[in-house]
Amino acid sequence: MSFTVPKELETELDELITHYPQKRSASLMFLHAIQEHFGFISPEAMEWTAKKLELQPINVYELVTFYPMFRTEKLGKYQIKVCRTLSCALGGSHALRDHFCQKLGLDSTKHEPQTTKDGKFTVEFVECLASCGTAPVVMINEDFHEGVSNQKADELLGRCK
Amino acid sequence: MSQEYRLILKNADQPGYTTDMDCYLRHGGYGALKKALALPVKDLPDGKKMTAQEQIREDVKASGLRGRGGAGFSCGLKWSFVDRKSGKPIYLICNADESEPGTFKDRQIIYKDPHQLVEGMIISCFANDVHLAYIYIRGEMPDGARILKKALADARAKNFLGKNILGSGYDLEIYVHRGAGAYICGEETGLIESLEGKRAYPRIKPPYFPAVLGLYMCPTIVNNVETLAAVKHIVTMGSAEYAKLGTPNNTGTRIVSVSGQVKKPGYFEVEVGKATIGELIFHEKFGGGLKDGRKLKAIIPGGSSSKVFKAGEKFKLKRKGADGQMTAVEVDMLDLPYDFDSLQQAGSMSGSGAIIVVDDSTDIVSVLANLSEFYAHESCGQCTPCREGSLWMNKALHRMSHGHGRKQDADYLLNIAQNIQGRTICAFGEACAWPVLSFVNKFKDEFVAKGAADEAKNHGGAGPTNEMKIAASPRAD
Repeated sequence: MSFTVPKELETELDELITHYPQKRSASLMFLHAIQEHFGFISPEAMEWTAKKLELQPINVYELVTFYPMFRTEKLGKYQIKVCRTLSCALGGSHALRDHFCQKLGLDSTKHEPQTTKDGKFTVEFVECLASCGTAPVVMINEDFHEGVSNQKADELLGRCK
Repeated sequence: MSQEYRLILKNADQPGYTTDMDCYLRHGGYGALKKALALPVKDLPDGKKMTAQEQIREDVKASGLRGRGGAGFSCGLKWSFVDRKSGKPIYLICNADESEPGTFKDRQIIYKDPHQLVEGMIISCFANDVHLAYIYIRGEMPDGARILKKALADARAKNFLGKNILGSGYDLEIYVHRGAGAYICGEETGLIESLEGKRAYPRIKPPYFPAVLGLYMCPTIVNNVETLAAVKHIVTMGSAEYAKLGTPNNTGTRIVSVSGQVKKPGYFEVEVGKATIGELIFHEKFGGGLKDGRKLKAIIPGGSSSKVFKAGEKFKLKRKGADGQMTAVEVDMLDLPYDFDSLQQAGSMSGSGAIIVVDDSTDIVSVLANLSEFYAHESCGQCTPCREGSLWMNKALHRMSHGHGRKQDADYLLNIAQNIQGRTICAFGEACAWPVLSFVNKFKDEFVAKGAADEAKNHGGAGPTNEMKIAASPRAD
């Protein structure tokens, strides 16, 4: 399978390389940009990144498997990340995640990320999102939401078109 | 003294205050940078000369500023360790990987007053002859990264960054670098590995002290967001004025994050040591007390890695009496001044300045189970005791919090934790062991009772059936 990077993205990536004395340093920023564009990081994307940064594919693969934010398969159009850690748990994040799962027909007893059949939503637990004072907190794609009640959760789901 | 003292967050929450350059300039922004760059060479009594850079470094040391990220180490001393004779470039990295559970203070600076961080950083870079610096921001703050990028671009446009800054002959570039969801990147050598494009496996010290062998094996300074923001104020006020804030050896202000089961969770900037833990939790101006009808059970005083305090716990603190003699004073946990030294004397730490409050409606076993799951998820996997131990503790606690405890679990947990601490490359070993050690030791009766009750309940149904039940049970605590 061929892997092509649009000209615009490649220009952006080339610029990123100039930020560092060593090309390898740009790896994480590369993977972020690729994931944002393609939705996930394919083996071909890893090979392409490795070549671009003068690395072996394993040097990129080990990053994708180490850093929790990177994913190797396409998830839902809207990714709902519910904070699981203590302050949010005390603020009701488990019940909130259950609510999301129920609303979307997912199995709340499963801990790992789950995607709805139509590919629209993925719900998962993540670790501390550093906003413990406004628990429970949720990220939907790049948007951050604080003090999410069940009612607010429904509103947020309604906004996902 | 129960009130906020807003120095770093002075403008952040004011109506109309934005993250724009113009707004920052209207509020006197970049004045400290101009002052720093224009400092004349100082003649010392012994005939030697002190450069502007040396003066700033000396000032930061004299201010008593201690790192706000977790360890509370003297910032000036950290800077003084930098190898300036190696001939290699010196790097500075701002640690904006805020991810210690309970902590949400750097977020306020980054999202509401980014130029303050940028200014503090430029001054710190100037003082340490740094020409290339990075802000390592956690991946889950995409907006924060965008805000900082814009702030840096605007600073470049005004020549606060780039070549020959404001005609001083000093060059500096700062770039934003995003993490990707790994807590271990907050550990400074792990952060450096990550910035080099590798897995964030912390490096062993010695020999890899960042001040000597840091980024690309060059001398490197890693400072927390709040610490760098404080540098700006030290330059503006002068070290003597800054050191008047707070208490001796615990100078300046600190942004304390209060979360968990309080009425008004939030962040509060206070003079270090001028408010007690009790005030921060109960006072109307801070946490506002517990929810109605609840009693205090425990608090985690300095981020999830710090050792827990049990309600009613008493500590002996060394205090200087009126006659100058040191005497031991008994202090209730709630009356501990919230500073670096008092919490250390009480056997814990103020860490990242994050208080998590737990009331009596909460099962303490499930609280520890929640934290242990965090550490099991975040262990980088490099050192065996931590990689395996954090998972064992998590499994045992998960089992306990799902009705399958055993009487001996308390001692089992303690045994694992004791075999992790001190046996790992980085402080994560302690970070995952300390909560277990302190929770189980201080609430041992509850852990044992839980195990005994579960055993009685499950009597006769032991063996594989139970294990299968556990495997099928939801992991949600």
